[in-house]
Amino acid sequence: MAAPDFLVHETKDTVGVIVVEGIEAGQDMTGWMMDTDETITVKALDPIPLGHKVALQDIKDGDTIFKYSNDIGKAVADIAKGGHVHVHNVKTKRW
Amino acid sequence: MDKPTFYGYRRENGRVGIRNHVVILPLDDLSNAACEAVANNIKGTLALPHHYGRLQFGEDLELHFRTMIGTGCNPNVAAVVVIGIEPGWTQRIVDGIKETGKPVAGFAIERNGDIATIAAASWKAKEFLQWASELEREECSTEDLWVSVKCGESDTTSGLASNPTVGNFIDKMDVWGATTCFGETSEITGAEQVCSTRAANSETTEKFLKTWNAYNDFIMAEKTNDLSESQPTKGNIAGGLTTIEEKAFGNLQKIGKEATYIDVLEPAEAPAKGAGLYFMDTSSAAAECVTLQAAAGFVVHLFPTGQGNIIGNPIEPVIKLTANPRTARDMSEHVDLDVSGILRREMNFDQAGDELIKMAIRTCNGRLTAAEALGHREFVMTKLYRSA
Repeated sequence: MAAPDFLVHETKDTVGVIVVEGIEAGQDMTGWMMDTDETITVKALDPIPLGHKVALQDIKDGDTIFKYSNDIGKAVADIAKGGHVHVHNVKTKRW
Repeated sequence: MDKPTFYGYRRENGRVGIRNHVVILPLDDLSNAACEAVANNIKGTLALPHHYGRLQFGEDLELHFRTMIGTGCNPNVAAVVVIGIEPGWTQRIVDGIKETGKPVAGFAIERNGDIATIAAASWKAKEFLQWASELEREECSTEDLWVSVKCGESDTTSGLASNPTVGNFIDKMDVWGATTCFGETSEITGAEQVCSTRAANSETTEKFLKTWNAYNDFIMAEKTNDLSESQPTKGNIAGGLTTIEEKAFGNLQKIGKEATYIDVLEPAEAPAKGAGLYFMDTSSAAAECVTLQAAAGFVVHLFPTGQGNIIGNPIEPVIKLTANPRTARDMSEHVDLDVSGILRREMNFDQAGDELIKMAIRTCNGRLTAAEALGHREFVMTKLYRSA
């Protein structure tokens, strides 16, 4: 495959990480599943900066966010597949 | 790749350094001016000014002495001139460093004043510097190498690529008999259970969890909010990291997939269980952590960064790597190794790990890191609480 637009650490993850600059809303993105070497595609709903996360499925307010197959916090708003996932809609369960 | 060798300075106690500093070490804040004057008189010596050393007590005082003595004992240091306001605690540091067998001398300012102290200490510093300048490097093996790791201004590219590159290095070095160290107790929050399973035995697991719990209790007692913008930092958040848990799992990629840690160290405590990976109880602030690791005897540091932390250390060279293509482009003068190719699938972790080993060996052989060339000498003591 060509250089991917986003990477996913593990199959269980509900978010991927954008690894290119300039992703715009409506753009079809190609993702690399790092553990299985599979390719997936997701349409971006928001402009998402390099290093920021995209939802790989619809996420409900209160759902646990999985990355590295582990719990990295909870959604505090509904997030649609392809949406920008960050501090505006996810919070820590610690501290 | 084959097990590498490097050329280092074998010290009197058998430890190997990769730099040959003559350090002018202040016992306390009051002695910084004299130390800087000596370093100005004797070109090529290195003063290490810092803010503390007065009226400390208890565990905080013990940590101060451990950090001062450990810094002087580090094998990157050939010889030490210690200057303190009074002779008692000055001598305590001299005696601690003397156990390594390296040249060390102490000078006290009370009853002499700065000018006479600077003159006497300058004579000794000149003698040490000229002696050290004739020391020669010899071929050393990875069993002689002590490497510390800590990341900073991380972003999601750290967990994706630059931290796993360090992890690949650690796994290879573990097999080759190196002594390695990670820390950042507070920044393992969220991944502490996973981290506890990476201890070599149940006793070490228990020691780790006790250490992590103590740090977490301290944060819970002092916090006024959810630490937003402190941990993760503003820079972490700009780079896409959302929570401490996410940051912690990225952080933990630095210890690789195979290596297990064989002991949990107090801040600035030297490893005493032989070769292998160690966890050290440290703050997650870059300069505090690296200063403690250098004081424990580590001679070269691997520092993955996402958004571009620019830290260096005066005695332990800090090798900077990044996988963030923007950082590699915009802040290239700070970057020793660009592994952003991992994100584009141009290189894999094994290849990136080999490149990092090559960069580390070049650094051990004398190549100046970006932070050394740019003059980054962040020497920051960890203070546990207020002075008496």
